[in-house]
Amino acid sequence: MAEKSDRKLNNILMMSSSPHIRSKESTRRIMADVIIALLPAVAWGTYYFGPRVLLVALVTVASCVISEFICEKIMKRDITIGDLSAVVTGVLLALNLPPAIPLWIAAIGGIIAIVLIKQIFGGIGQNFMNPALGARVILLLSWTQHMTNWTNPRMPAAADTVSNATQVADAVSTATQIADVAYSVSSVADAVSSATSVADAVSSATPLIYAKTGQDVLGGVARPEYLDLFLGRVLGSIGEISVLVLLIGAAYLLIRKVITLSIPLSYIGTVALLTWILGGDKPFTGDFLYHILAGSLILGAFFMATDYSTSPVMEKGRIIMGIGCGIITVVIRLYSNYPEGVSFAIILMNLLVPLIDKFTIPRAFGGESRIERHN
Amino acid sequence: MGLCEVITGKKKFHGGIAIPHCKNTAQCETIKMGVPEKVTIPMLQHVGEPCKVLVKKGDEVKVGQLIGASGKYVSAPIHSSVSGTVTDISKMVCMNGAYVDAVEIKTDGRQEIHESVKPPSYHNDAELLELIKGSGLVGLGGAAFPTHVKLSPPKEKVIDTLIVNGAECEPYITSDYREMVENSWNIISGIYILKDLLKAKQVLIGVEDNKPEAIKIMTNIANTSGKIDIIKLKTRYPQGAEKMLIYALTGRKVPSRRLPMDVGVIVMNVNSVSFVAEYVKTGMPLIKKRVTVDGPVVNNPSNVEVLIGTHLSDVFEFCGGFKEEPYKVIMGGPMMGVSQHSLENPVLKFTNAILAFDRKTAESVKKESPCIRCAKCVQVCPMNLLPLFLNASSIRRNTAGLKKYNVMDCIECGCCSYICPAKRHLVQSIRLGKVLLRKEES
Ligand code: SF4
Ligand code: SF4
Repeated sequence: MAEKSDRKLNNILMMSSSPHIRSKESTRRIMADVIIALLPAVAWGTYYFGPRVLLVALVTVASCVISEFICEKIMKRDITIGDLSAVVTGVLLALNLPPAIPLWIAAIGGIIAIVLIKQIFGGIGQNFMNPALGARVILLLSWTQHMTNWTNPRMPAAADTVSNATQVADAVSTATQIADVAYSVSSVADAVSSATSVADAVSSATPLIYAKTGQDVLGGVARPEYLDLFLGRVLGSIGEISVLVLLIGAAYLLIRKVITLSIPLSYIGTVALLTWILGGDKPFTGDFLYHILAGSLILGAFFMATDYSTSPVMEKGRIIMGIGCGIITVVIRLYSNYPEGVSFAIILMNLLVPLIDKFTIPRAFGGESRIERHN
Repeated sequence: MGLCEVITGKKKFHGGIAIPHCKNTAQCETIKMGVPEKVTIPMLQHVGEPCKVLVKKGDEVKVGQLIGASGKYVSAPIHSSVSGTVTDISKMVCMNGAYVDAVEIKTDGRQEIHESVKPPSYHNDAELLELIKGSGLVGLGGAAFPTHVKLSPPKEKVIDTLIVNGAECEPYITSDYREMVENSWNIISGIYILKDLLKAKQVLIGVEDNKPEAIKIMTNIANTSGKIDIIKLKTRYPQGAEKMLIYALTGRKVPSRRLPMDVGVIVMNVNSVSFVAEYVKTGMPLIKKRVTVDGPVVNNPSNVEVLIGTHLSDVFEFCGGFKEEPYKVIMGGPMMGVSQHSLENPVLKFTNAILAFDRKTAESVKKESPCIRCAKCVQVCPMNLLPLFLNASSIRRNTAGLKKYNVMDCIECGCCSYICPAKRHLVQSIRLGKVLLRKEES
């Protein structure tokens, strides 16, 4: 008995602040969920553009993870590659690159995303803009030609006939560089026809060029049907083309409660509304469905704008962010020289997130009501 | 107010979490534990002034004898739970971290009752309040606020509603549940006494819908007596938190930094209500407590009636001891309870559970990693706060930030820490933040 109580006295129990139980949630689990949700898009990209896509993804992921590891070693931070967030950045970056991107550019993209945008500002949760999108924009400005070469590597350049629309789209080269987009329709057509003659200088435009120019046929190629856009039988960056697979991934994230609908809905809704009002020849005649399905809106709205580090924490703030993204996207698509504005819109709104958070501090429960009398 | 609330007429508080119930002892009828060899009774078992020791080493004491009292209003007297000899008056660390006196009594096993203990009589409200004050009753749900203070709102506050809290939303604990099942008549008579005292127009008993048996029993009795409504609450933590409960039952929001009485409500725990009835009948002060003994390493999880002052080790012993060495012992529930440094700590007036955890369960409270801004803490906070920013402000000792983010409104329910994927120690930092802000304001 004496022995026993001695042992008890020496044995000081573990003390800690409540709560004493925790949920099974973890950063790693959330990131794994995001990766799972992105897999359908990777799979479709691989199917449609060929196995090269996997190589691109492998390079970006490896580049991100290795950069994170080295950075944290140098900065003497805890090594956090186990939380899988660098893998998510890598996959997202790959999905935002053209399928024919040279692998060395993809690798540089990973380094930019992690080193320049994520780690320098303090690592996970601290970065002020989405690493994958930030990297994408820097790459776009640095290697415009490569970043706007929308060739489908699976269908080699000199496709001989013009039997099917997709193949035609590959065979022809339309406006390739951003600057080209500014050309008038006729000059685009000129460029197209001239490029067609040079059969090996092949690059193609993403479906948004039709919305940009307002033409249904460019260089003999008809604009894609809604169904092609929905299923992903068009050109574009690796992960943006198929609305269907993206929605499958998004549904998974929603079911797993990784994201909420506030940003995607307000973003897509704003784009739809504004393009309907402003996108046509006359007000209220815009083809909003085309604007939703084409380009990287779905990818951006569900997977990029919802990035935790760079989106507001309150649902109210998230709606503001979504609307802001929508407005900027539409302005760029309709009134600038660029055919697509999703990346820029999200990055610009990313910068406003601290401000949005500041203005959406909620009132505490009971904080608003006067003392009412109940008698 | 959501559509669903309009239809059902029930109010749902924002946030909250679904946690494992672990109500393993729900069917365990209360068993009486015998008299331990010795008890240690600290002089602070309530919110307020500590009591002064009224006995000295060597004194003989009897059951129900007053051994500690304070002249201050916000305090509660302390009685001996056993008969025996005072062996020591020592200092011990108490619930708020302060050192207080504690009376150690070696028991004689005879449990002779002190002559002061006899059925009391009272003729008016003031006398009843005086009786309740003398009984040593404090909030038995865990808040430990002296009951006589709670029951004496200033004249200008009109109380129209008495809420009896049977939500018991913490995992493991079934002590309120057992009271509703075993002593429902006592609860009802207690309600009548208090209702008259407060001149309340309505009485609402809130019970979570995971306790259908309690709801059934209480409803049956209440139906025969009328004017008492049993209300089924959605099972969601922290449904039993005072502000959430009041909102769920009446739709009233207790304003920030105010008390329930500011919206015309008094909330009492079922055990407290029941004790009032018992005390008015017998005059035996608060000397024993039903305690849920549970946790992964306890051999026979049970509900035990324990004399106040009994050492935790003795209570665990009574429940068959441990399967393996406990790593962490908690007084109260796993969400809001307090971890104990020693098994020699005594059971207190407001102890409703003691839980023993093994290393694995205890260590699910892991090392922190950086906040990923997932906003899950924001989504679950029942008080509508932004725990991630409170955390950051507290770490930077930024009191302006703490104030801006309403740190004082936090009820320390633990939902945010529970859900956080980065395992941030949110509640802990918020508590520190409150201390910082209080220091600055004073
Ligand atoms: S739950 Fe944790 S990780 Fe998520 S925002 Fe809150 S503190 Fe940050
Ligand atoms: S901040 Fe406070 S009230 Fe909100 S969930 Fe955390 S502990 Fe509960």
